[in-house]
Amino acid sequence: MKTIKLKIDGIETEAEDRTTILSIAQRLGIKIPNLCHHPLLEPYGVCRICTVEVKSGTRTRMVTACNYPATNGIEVLTNSPRVRRNRKMIVEWMMAQCGHVKILKDMAAEYDISKPRFGRGTDDCILCGLCVRVCSDVVGANVLGFFNRGATREVSTAFGETSEKCIACGACAWICPTTHLKMENEKLERFRTLPGSERLCRYSLMGVTKGALCANSFQCWKCEVEQRFHDQLQTHPIFLGRSRKIKEIDAYVSQLNEMRG
Amino acid sequence: MPRVSIEDLKKIRGNGKPGVSSKKFRAKVLVCAGTGCISGNSYKTAKALETEIEKQGLAQQVQVVKTGCQGFCAEGPIVIVQPDGIFYRGVGPKHAPKMIEEHLLNGKPVEKLMYTLPGQEHPIPLLKEIPFFAKQKLVVLRNRGAIDPEKIDDYIAADGYKALEKALTLMTPEQILSEIKKSGLRGRGGGGFPAGIKWESCRRAAQHRHVDPVLVCNADEGDPGAFMDRSIIESDPHAVLEGMIIGARAIGCKEGFVYIRHEYPVARERLSKAIEQARDYGLLGKNILDSGVDFDIEVVRGAGAFVCGESTALMASLEGNLGEPRAKYIHTVEYGYKNRPTNLNNVETWANVPVIINNGSKWFASMGTGEVTENPWEGSSGTKVFSLVGKVHNTGLIEVPMGITLREIVFNIGGGIPDGHQFKAVQTGGPSGGCLPESLLDMPVDFDSLTEAGSMMGSGGMIVMDDQTCMVEVARYFISFLTEESCGKCVPCREGLTSSLEILDRITQGKGSEEDLELLEEIAEVMRDCCFCALGTSASNPVLSTIRYFKKEYEAHIKDHQCPAGVCRELIEYDIDPEKCDGCHACVPACSVHAITGEVKELHTLDKTECIKCGACIEVCKRQAILKCPRSFAA
Repeated sequence: MKTIKLKIDGIETEAEDRTTILSIAQRLGIKIPNLCHHPLLEPYGVCRICTVEVKSGTRTRMVTACNYPATNGIEVLTNSPRVRRNRKMIVEWMMAQCGHVKILKDMAAEYDISKPRFGRGTDDCILCGLCVRVCSDVVGANVLGFFNRGATREVSTAFGETSEKCIACGACAWICPTTHLKMENEKLERFRTLPGSERLCRYSLMGVTKGALCANSFQCWKCEVEQRFHDQLQTHPIFLGRSRKIKEIDAYVSQLNEMRG
Repeated sequence: MPRVSIEDLKKIRGNGKPGVSSKKFRAKVLVCAGTGCISGNSYKTAKALETEIEKQGLAQQVQVVKTGCQGFCAEGPIVIVQPDGIFYRGVGPKHAPKMIEEHLLNGKPVEKLMYTLPGQEHPIPLLKEIPFFAKQKLVVLRNRGAIDPEKIDDYIAADGYKALEKALTLMTPEQILSEIKKSGLRGRGGGGFPAGIKWESCRRAAQHRHVDPVLVCNADEGDPGAFMDRSIIESDPHAVLEGMIIGARAIGCKEGFVYIRHEYPVARERLSKAIEQARDYGLLGKNILDSGVDFDIEVVRGAGAFVCGESTALMASLEGNLGEPRAKYIHTVEYGYKNRPTNLNNVETWANVPVIINNGSKWFASMGTGEVTENPWEGSSGTKVFSLVGKVHNTGLIEVPMGITLREIVFNIGGGIPDGHQFKAVQTGGPSGGCLPESLLDMPVDFDSLTEAGSMMGSGGMIVMDDQTCMVEVARYFISFLTEESCGKCVPCREGLTSSLEILDRITQGKGSEEDLELLEEIAEVMRDCCFCALGTSASNPVLSTIRYFKKEYEAHIKDHQCPAGVCRELIEYDIDPEKCDGCHACVPACSVHAITGEVKELHTLDKTECIKCGACIEVCKRQAILKCPRSFAA
């Protein structure tokens, strides 16, 4: 792979050709805020919070750091006045929609927004699409999707009904940055009605654990597996299939499997 | 008809002029069968003409041809009699007997059905002398109104597929590419990206990755008041196909798509027919004209999303996914439809290709502005098709050379503003274009001048507005259109448009503040910087251009709570002029909320608290006694 030279906030660095600006910045310890990005998912680039200024030759343009492939000789500014103005407006727009979401409140404090100049709703969903993408790209269940257009866009299951295809893995609730998405306990009832011998735990259905029956009588929020993944590895078991390279997880799972027989 | 060879094509051409492919006729009666005239019953007119010709025993001498859109839609249904070149307007089935008898039997054209300039007494009989047509330069629309779009032989007889012959037998792909590049042809869909450069990078990407490239024709025309692509397909579908086959040869594609709006039934039908005919003749499919080139085209219907006219959203829709754009930092010529190199051009761009190959790049570059042979970015060559609509006498489809001034389009071709009103603005480039004022009327129309003035070329919509138009309301209308059509994927477009609309609503209701103007401008700048696709980045144009050129109107709404044009409902009141009202009582039944009362032949009164300002009374009042006056806020 070709190596390129670039400058981020005055720091000269080298990287592989077409690496995203965000990952280069993260390596250098430069913080670029983002809301719709997750390291284990493909970049989506819709929140536009990670917008940075890129100078290439005489041309200056605003691009999103999470999916812009860096090329040789570019100069990136991650915190210029223009970048800050744009970010401020975007945070303000999101605040107007979902004013009491914690991550947005934190961002608002950083960009000196006391009261957004627009106001409409009190929603929790910032439409970052993380749940939709984790459901389709990682789980492969394709239960969640976007509905409607423009201002009426929303995340929902098909026709707003409980989906038969949902494996109740909880990845969507886990990845949701605003805790908008929650697992509904009564919707997990479906699993409880199965005969005892087939009552496999959802991690077993996902292939994370081998043949284990649920020890928590399907009160998944009490589940130890989920807790451990979350506390010790800061990840959800669902990412296992994707992140086989992560040795820790591999070791952990083999240990888990041994434990459970 | 089985496959044809190059000799067969020459034979078809040798038979004579277009429209007379197999037989010599004394005269042709060309009936416009574009969507506009069809809704004016032109099929019935054509039928009546045919019956009448039969009746008079002229069937062997006179032929009726149903052509594509003639362009002069305001005057439809249109009939042209060739070879005399007489132009008839508003021809209904009842006019057929007189027309056939007087014109074709007695040789005396019917004056009553001819076009008369507004305010003039004598009609203009000849098509070429009518100012609407006289100033136009037909390149893309070369066959409009001259051939039957549903007959491939007609197109071939009009030198059709000649460029394809040349491209397949005499030119290498590299030569075609260099010819298109030298012609300076820029994308007619709005972006204005040089077609030659796009083709070349697509070819290079395909060769580099060893993947078959794909060709796409974008016929998802969604701008309000624009119908260029529809008319091109309706009047000359084979020109688009020929352009695409030449493009396929140059780029090396085997597979092509036409993405067309579901709302264009006539165009879709004609296009499918044309593709079938071309397949029958072996001009599409395997081994085209025995050259070893394979290429076929599939027609895909759009489901009515405006954003699907954007290239990446269109490709997502083609793949069967949600029609939403994706990031274009890696271009579609490298990774497009199903991650294959994809070359997408607009209908008009494709229709330009055969002419360039036939007449050469020098000829094409000689039209328009700038020196484009070396660098296509230096100017705009060729012609552009516009749909001229709004407050002008002659609405319709026009084709003009690049660099013509707006004044020539609006006043010479369009015939000026009707009903004695004054010109106020012209909106170019569809909903995300800008409104240009009178002071810019002498500006040349080309890609770069329009962008500099805060508007854009777009796909070629042109809406003329008179002094009865409120520019704030115009901006509000376009923003509300875009708010509904935004896919909502990215935050700046979804929220920026909604908040702009909120503010504009406020201003048109007289509740705006001075900070609102600054806020609108700030929103516009952030949207231009941060939006995902071109719909969002250009969506601020209607707001920015109206603030730039018509700031006084905004200020009148904000400071004086008045709408100078008398359009914004919240800011006006209706009243009855006591001097003009003669008590005819016509307005009383017209009013749906019973706000007007009065006895016959006495002065009527209007209850302002009941009135909903619908305008029904203004329409029925013959004495213009209903007044729109500024609303008094003091009370």
